[in-house]
Amino acid sequence: MSRRLKRQIGRVLFVLLMVAIAIYTVFPFAWAIITSLKSGSALFTASPLPIPPAWDNYVATFRDRPFGRNILNSVIVSGSVVALSLALGLSAAYALGRASFRGRGFLLATILAVSMFPQVAVLSGLFELIRWLGLYNNLLSLVFSYLIFTLPFTVWVLTTFMKELPKELEEAAMMDGASPFIVLIRVFLPIMGPAMATTGLLAFIAAWNEFLFALTFTLTDEMRTVPVAIALISGASSFELPWGRIMAASVIVTVPLILLVLVFQRRIVAGLTAGAVKG
Amino acid sequence: MVTRGPVGLSAVAQDRRRAAFWFLLPMVVAVLLVAGWPLFRTAWFSLTDARLDEAAPGAFVGVENYALLLRDPEWWNAVRNTLVFAIVSVTIETVLGMIIALALNEKMRGRGALRAAMLIPWAIPTVVSAQMWGWMLHDQAGVVNAALLGLGLIDQPIAWTADPDLALWAVVAVDVWKTTPFMALLILAALQLLPGEIYEAAEIDGLGPVGRFFRITLPLIRPALMVAIIFRALDALRVFDLMYVLSGNSAATASMSVYARQQLVEFQDLGFGSAAAMGLFAIVAICTVLLVTLGRVRLGGAEDAR
Repeated sequence: MSRRLKRQIGRVLFVLLMVAIAIYTVFPFAWAIITSLKSGSALFTASPLPIPPAWDNYVATFRDRPFGRNILNSVIVSGSVVALSLALGLSAAYALGRASFRGRGFLLATILAVSMFPQVAVLSGLFELIRWLGLYNNLLSLVFSYLIFTLPFTVWVLTTFMKELPKELEEAAMMDGASPFIVLIRVFLPIMGPAMATTGLLAFIAAWNEFLFALTFTLTDEMRTVPVAIALISGASSFELPWGRIMAASVIVTVPLILLVLVFQRRIVAGLTAGAVKG
Repeated sequence: MVTRGPVGLSAVAQDRRRAAFWFLLPMVVAVLLVAGWPLFRTAWFSLTDARLDEAAPGAFVGVENYALLLRDPEWWNAVRNTLVFAIVSVTIETVLGMIIALALNEKMRGRGALRAAMLIPWAIPTVVSAQMWGWMLHDQAGVVNAALLGLGLIDQPIAWTADPDLALWAVVAVDVWKTTPFMALLILAALQLLPGEIYEAAEIDGLGPVGRFFRITLPLIRPALMVAIIFRALDALRVFDLMYVLSGNSAATASMSVYARQQLVEFQDLGFGSAAAMGLFAIVAICTVLLVTLGRVRLGGAEDAR
């Protein structure tokens, strides 16, 4: 009897733990949504629900600042850098995953090292390069500089996936005299589709969230990406931050990300573990 | 690596090797351009007195910038902040992540939903999480103070992000919230690879749940766990967004990245800022070597085993 009771108590504690974890992970974002729907003095009451919801924060975000433009900038930058990384990454992964040559291990180790080194360490060198190319305060500077973290990651994960494919796959095509390029496009591109979608999605999220380069290489409000725009929203004085608007902007850029992540959650977990655990 | 297989295939293998060069070239050029060259230039700038606001290339000054850096108490403050932040946050994230992963590994209803919820903090941009928590920790209107006051745990509101003694812990709290799920998911993936038979054998041997965890689970997932810890630690050492958004350039929380960028961009001191950046680079390199050696991890070890 007491053993059963002990078991029951254990179960209840376990469920409580799960509930606590769920609240801990979800509450801050839920609170951001609630705050974004309050306006004026309602903001400074800790009332749990905004009734009726006020939409002025959302309206003001787009009216007073070029926030639409900021979103477009983020989409352009992240989209371009992902496309570029996938193209370069697939080509490199084909070589690294399917051929054996001297220096391959060294190359992979270098790529891993680049993906882990601090962005600040290349900041001044990149700054000089970007100014020299005339790309300062230009979205291209971000597309270029973001390669430093999206490309190594893409190469690493795609190589992992590429190695797992059976050897016979391209040998038949090669014996038929197809060039390596044809083999890559006709044989591997279709099979690598899901892996590329996963990798691309993870690289997209990383680029979408990047802050340091975007803050340093752009100057005007029109050229800002979303994270910088949100970080730099300010009020009349630093003591009067327009929290309602900050939360509205935060919700706008986060909801699509969360939807993406929830739809592709299996793929994302697979991609994360391919990048880290198997690495 | 030696060519394997029958003679008939080696022609193909050789073809492949030649082709491999051309397939690798674009990626290698891109990495050299975006990482190699800028890193080299940063190292060079750190030995000059170049300034960002002057077109003239700086004059060579030897290690003067480094000498200044080592004597600057604010630099050492930034080093201390970064190390404290990295050690505390990664430790908490590992322990909490382990607990959550073990819980999620149990078969139960709602497990899928909870695992999906775990991805939310991970997907939220760091800047957004910093702002969200900045608002929750607001001294006057923050929900955290309201809750603590309501429960009677504190008498007056606490200025979490403005109080120099608390600000760094506020930053740690935000980081723990944001990255524990990532840790938990990586550990969970490792746990799910463990065969169930081992546990059955352990049950027969009379090991309790705690014994099972320390004697079986932990040693088996250690390699995966160490890789996750190293990734997180290196990420934590270069932290920038959280501090910058939560408390600006305030010395109470300034990390090495914040310090280096401030010298470089705000004070326009290209030479000195680059020296600070190289200082950070050196510390990250040392930590990597230490972690890899102490953790006995072979990064890319799977490569050589083939």
